[in-house]
Amino acid sequence: MNILVCVSNVPDTTTKVKFNGTELEAEGVQWIINPWDELALTRALELKESGAGIDKISIASVGAIGVEPTMRKALAIGADDAFRVDTEPKDSYFTAVQLAEVVKAGNYDLIMTGYESADFNGIAIGAMLAELLGYPSIGAVTAVNIVDGKLQIDREIDGGKEVLSTESPVVVSVQKGIAIDPRIPAMRGIMMARRKPLTVIAAVEADVLTEIVEIELPQAKAAVKMFDAEDAKGLVEALRNEANVI
Amino acid sequence: MSVLVYTENWDGKFKKSTFELLSYGKKIAQDMGVPMYVLSFGEIANDELEKLKNYGPDKIFKAIEGFDQLDNEVYASAISQAAEKLDATMVIFAQDNVGNAIAGRVAARLKAGMIAAVSALPISYDPFIIKKKIYTNKVFGHIKVNANIKVLSLSKNTFEVIENPSSAEIETIALDLPTAKTKVESTDKVTGKLLLTDAELVVSAGRGLKGTENWGMIEELAQTIGAATACSRPVSDEGWRPHTEHVGQTGKIIAPNLYIAIGISGAIQHVGGISSSKCIVAINKDPDAPIFEVADYGIIGDAFKVVPELIDALK
Ligand SMILES: Cc1cc2nc3c(=O)[nH]c(=O)nc-3n(C[C@H](O)[C@H](O)[C@H](O)COP(=O)(O)OP(=O)(O)OC[C@H]3O[C@@H](n4cnc5c(N)ncnc54)[C@H](O)[C@@H]3O)c2cc1C
Ligand SMILES: Nc1ncnc2c1ncn2[C@@H]1O[C@H](COP(=O)(O)O)[C@@H](O)[C@H]1O
Repeated sequence: MNILVCVSNVPDTTTKVKFNGTELEAEGVQWIINPWDELALTRALELKESGAGIDKISIASVGAIGVEPTMRKALAIGADDAFRVDTEPKDSYFTAVQLAEVVKAGNYDLIMTGYESADFNGIAIGAMLAELLGYPSIGAVTAVNIVDGKLQIDREIDGGKEVLSTESPVVVSVQKGIAIDPRIPAMRGIMMARRKPLTVIAAVEADVLTEIVEIELPQAKAAVKMFDAEDAKGLVEALRNEANVI
Repeated sequence: MSVLVYTENWDGKFKKSTFELLSYGKKIAQDMGVPMYVLSFGEIANDELEKLKNYGPDKIFKAIEGFDQLDNEVYASAISQAAEKLDATMVIFAQDNVGNAIAGRVAARLKAGMIAAVSALPISYDPFIIKKKIYTNKVFGHIKVNANIKVLSLSKNTFEVIENPSSAEIETIALDLPTAKTKVESTDKVTGKLLLTDAELVVSAGRGLKGTENWGMIEELAQTIGAATACSRPVSDEGWRPHTEHVGQTGKIIAPNLYIAIGISGAIQHVGGISSSKCIVAINKDPDAPIFEVADYGIIGDAFKVVPELIDALK
């Protein structure tokens, strides 16, 4: 079984984002693997190591050359090879079309995406990719297991979970629970990653259906109103009569 | 042209978020001067469907057979067919597990511009521009949609319910369903518990609580005001609380009317999941805890003293 993990390169969430018009100012930004994608990759590696019959784990990223350090990190963590589609990810649809081309050129049974990217928060690409490929898809995935050589997928539903079987290839969008701690690359992995194949692919023509035309900063918050530790009553009063929330 | 709203029911019942969705769709339909149609799949009693009439639909369409379990491909195909039949230029979903899994498929199929997790009406219709939070709640992006058809998903508890009684008819719509490629083997569900994602009031606690044995007072506080319980990530990683309660960048993103954070430092990844809450209360013994920067009300003190007093004051 071959797995493809779609990896997005995003600013570390602790860095303050600044904009020049609608462009993110790159200075001072730490780039990381989108946290969900990192967990997806971690789960893929766990499955491979458990002897569940995973032959190869590939990663795919849509982005200019600047995303390669993040891709190398994914290789250092343990992916076997990597594909970069050489273009800015202009919007969800455009990016999904590029990823669909990568999938078609390979031979994958399981395609993993994160539930959302930490930059655009599009909540779109996994489902779009599946639709473009005509594959089944499962969202809100909290566990991926292989039982008797077949995929068994858990998804969250309101107030519980469902366990699904599926035809493959299948696209899953993973969230919390899929793996606990992301892997950190070890020295040996970093050395090996340099020699692992990272193939650059030219982008295909695709429509860009949405664009960011303006960035609006959130309104500054009014200062917090403090109450004494002994004055729980004062707080309750404010919640009842000022904030009107209880 | 029309606005099509997809409604999900839970064991044959609608939730408040469905009524928010219809209220939102109706406002957009009115602004655009087009009808709003509502789509319902699966087994549901007519008197439940009747409830939707309170929120201004021009027609309610239902399809029963073939929707007993969620296969995203089947649902997306069906919704897209309905959108085409009804000449919808706007398809609106709830931003929840179901909407998130289907909306992208429908958008790709219709070649629509999709914007997920919106919380406000469009800024303009021509060109179509709408705002959404990006960079995990750090800024808003004004997003222009260049496609003729738009697909939106609306965050819960961000748009008010507006009553708008109509005399819409309920009709069956015939749709051609593909064969499902996924199959639900088992379902495991807790019923009767207030879900975090539905809750208007949330009581949340972090590592400051020290251990799972100290959650009694958190649950009592939640019960006192009818709130759901939540937690920070280390708390669920430690197994003190279930993963479903974890809020933040890698947990659930919520927007309740009230969020009470107890013994939570307010790390940026945590705040990303709660900053849209209408009112945030922080209880922390450290006056420099960053949670006070995002809180509306705060108490500096020991949670083990403050929380019992708060419960008393509420009773
Ligand atoms: C990629 C990434 C993603 C992440 N995603 C999330 C996420 O989604 N959600 C999330 O929550 N975290 C997330 N984190 C972790 C986050 O950075 C913080 O580590 C975490 O939020 C801290 O949890 P906490 O506030 O419960 O614990 P701490 O930071 O340890 O804070 C405990 C607080 O309790 C206070 N306290 C202690 N004792 C008492 C007492 N007796 N009474 C009152 N107050 C007391 C302390 O003053 C302190 O402020 C993420 C981290 C990374 C790197
Ligand atoms: N530029 C990209 N390259 C590869 N995969 C991506 C890219 N952007 C997003 N993805 C994948 O799509 C998921 C959902 O992203 P989004 O729809 O933007 O919220 C991410 O978690 C990634 O798995």
